[in-house]
Formats: sequence, C-alpha cells, structure tokens
Amino acid sequence: MARPTTMWRRRAAGPWRRLDAISRAMFPAIMLVVGLFLLGLPLDLPGQAALRPVFTMGCVFFWSLYRPAALPAPVVVGIGLLLDLLGLTPFGLWAVLLLLMQGLTIALRRRLVPAHFLLTWAAFSALSMLATGLEWVVQSWFVPAALPWQPAGLQIVLALALYPALAAFLIRVHRGPAAVELV
Amino acid sequence: MIRLSIPLRQILSRLTLPFMLMLSLGFVLIGRADQNFTDHLRSGLDDILAPAYMLVSRPIVAAENGTGALARLLSLDSENAALRRENARLRQWQEVAMALEAQNKALKSALNYTPPAAPRFTTGEVVADLGGVYARSVLVLVSPAAAHGLTGAIAMDGRGVAGRVVAAGGRSARVLLITDLNSRVPVALGASGAPALMAGTNGPDPALLYWRPGHPPVEGEMVLTSAAGGAFPPGLPVGVVHYNAQHDPVVLPLADLDSLRVLRLFSYPDEQPALTPISHSRPAHAHHARSR
Repeated sequence: MARPTTMWRRRAAGPWRRLDAISRAMFPAIMLVVGLFLLGLPLDLPGQAALRPVFTMGCVFFWSLYRPAALPAPVVVGIGLLLDLLGLTPFGLWAVLLLLMQGLTIALRRRLVPAHFLLTWAAFSALSMLATGLEWVVQSWFVPAALPWQPAGLQIVLALALYPALAAFLIRVHRGPAAVELV
Repeated sequence: MIRLSIPLRQILSRLTLPFMLMLSLGFVLIGRADQNFTDHLRSGLDDILAPAYMLVSRPIVAAENGTGALARLLSLDSENAALRRENARLRQWQEVAMALEAQNKALKSALNYTPPAAPRFTTGEVVADLGGVYARSVLVLVSPAAAHGLTGAIAMDGRGVAGRVVAAGGRSARVLLITDLNSRVPVALGASGAPALMAGTNGPDPALLYWRPGHPPVEGEMVLTSAAGGAFPPGLPVGVVHYNAQHDPVVLPLADLDSLRVLRLFSYPDEQPALTPISHSRPAHAHHARSR
C-alpha cells in the first residue's frame, strides 16, 4: 500500500523538481556565459580586457575543484571558444588552456579540497600563471614576435588579486542557487 | 538515455578530457589554416551579440547621461573636466587647421589638383568593448542596409582616426583600434608630410617607427594618415607627436579611444593600389557568396 502513494507523490513533484535540478546543474555554465557577456559592456574599467580570461579561469578552477560535474569538458571547450571569439585570441587557444587547467585541477583535487583556502589560492595563482604564460608563448609564436609581457603580467596580478572575492561569491552560489539537493 | 555498464561509463568519463583536448587542438589548427573560418564565426557571433549589447547598454548610457536634476548636479565636476579636455583638444585642432592650411596652400600651388572621390560613410554606436589581453577592438552596431562591404572601412570618432574595420557581419562591424598590437598605419608628419609608420603597442599611445633618418619627429607635430601602401586615404587626422619618458616618439591619438561611443565608418572608393593588406572588394564577393 505504501508504494503507490510514494510513486504518486514523486510523479506530482516530478517536472518542477526536474526543472529545479536542471537549473541548479546549469547555473555555473550559465553564470559564466552571462558574466562573459557583461564584461564586454563598455564599462571603461581598468584592465577590462584582462578581466574576461581572469573571470573564466577563476570559475573553471572553482567548479572543477568543488563540483567537477558542474562544468563538464565539452562545456569548458564551448566557453573557451566563446572567449576566443569575443576577444581576438587565436581560435581554440583558450579552449585548450581551460581544459589543461581543468585537468590539472581535477588531478590536484584530493589534496586541495580539504586544504586551507590559502593553499587553493596559491594553486589557482600557479595555474593562472601557467595558463597566461602559455597564452603569451603561443600568441608570440603565432605573431611571430615576442609580445610585451606587461599585459600578461597584469592578467596574472588581476587573477591573483580578484580570486578571493570571486571565490567568496562562488561559495555563496555553490550553497545557494546552484546547490545540488538530493531528492 | 542509453544505459551503459559502470566500467564502460568510467572509461568514457576518463576519455572525455583527452578527447576534448584533441578536439580543441584541432580547432586551433583549423583556425590557423583558415582565417576566414574564424572570421565568419566571429562576425556571426558579433551579429547576434551587437543587438543584445545595445539592449543592455541603453540603461547604462541613460544613467551616464544623467537626465535628472540631481544627476546634472553630480555631473558638474566631470563636465568641468570634460570641458578642460575639450579645450586641450581644440588646441590640438588648431594645429590640425594650421597643417591643413599649409597643405591647402601647397595643393593650390599645384594647378592640376583634382579632389579625391568622396567616401561613403555610415555611423554606428559602439556597443561592446571586445578586446583581449593582446587585442584592442570594439564592436559597432550598424544598420543592415549599410553593413554591406564594410571590411577595410576606416573608423573615426568626431576627432580623429580610431581604427579600421577588420570583420563585418550583417549588422555589426568589429573595429581594430590603432592601439592594437597588429595595427600599422602609414602616417605623414607635420606640414612637410614626412613619412613614418605608426605601430600600435597595446598601450594608450601608439609608437612612431621608420621616420626619415636624421629628421626625427618634432614634439607637437600633427600626425595625418598617408596614402603609402594604399590602405588609408591621405590627410585624415590621427594625433600629435609626443616624446614619452623613454624619449621614444609616440602619437597621442586625437580620438578618445578609452570611451568611444559613436564611430563613423568611411568606405573609400576602391582606387588604391593593390598593396592593401585588407582588400576593399573582397567582402563584397564574400557577401554575395553567402547570400546565394
């Protein structure tokens, strides 16, 4: 007798709950795309061109660390291509860089998740330095000429400085609108 | 959904990342091999984004303009600063006028002078600031009627050359600014029109290269575009020569590149020599091919 009633309840709540679950699962990806769009507005912020890759790197690192299922590799590729098309970086470059970042983050996951925030911050700094350095190398190779290092340096500094704020925001998102509820 | 056995699913999930990495590397290769492919994708995306940006940025522009009385009070200070900047710019314009006067005299002395054909132009609003770390570009929303064959058009704000259209879609145009690393503009210095090359450095002021040996640019000289190479028409105002802290000559652009709002895009008649890096007629063919 108990079984039919539970079946009925689950079916009644089904579509809404599924919609809720889907929106929660897609929240990180949608937030990334909307953020990239908004950072293109002519806001005249200092270093605005560098903010887009910094925001993307921060989000990819954070979600890969705390919820790898939130940003599967194909989504990361899509976001990388979007970043390449929005900025004028060589097509596919950021897709490769973000995937490398995600791979390394997932490899380091077991050590980083229980660690102190300072350690994750250091890890992110190292990874963003690596990605920006690779970006500089590849772009210089494609031009071909040694590009100035200052913009890359600015990007690294911004990544370093803005990660705590971004992480604080993403932790709220992680617990709030994007939290996975076990149904 | 297909139900797979757990080990198979684990193998698949492990292979996703390497597979996607190979795919992305493939994208890089495709982008390197065929620049047109990337340009098409980019202008397609720009066409979608430009109206969306327009929609979002309208309230921001309204707030910036500050229509209310309180907003006007608050903007007094910035207005003052703007007027001061305007004054400085007008002084620069005085020099433009003087340079043009000198040029005019020289031209009148040449009796068989025929004025160049008038350019076609369209005006568009700057809706997005889409640069990268190594790129300076803005997205301009243009009316679909005027968007045809805009690639290669020269973008000017009210004061001087801001850049050049590198990719144009159905209703958007992407302008590469003169401060971009890839920007090279042949220029003429001062009233004498001594040739030099203005190269973008990614910083606010482009550098001056290849001036005539023994005749370095003079501080405060006007910089106008030169027809050398055929990419630009001669005589458009670009900026003023200035020596920076490293004693290298740079150009202070007349155009307000940090806060571009409206750009005029000038398409010049296709009469320039074949050296032009971006052909003026290519996009027309491309457009025909797409519309077929």
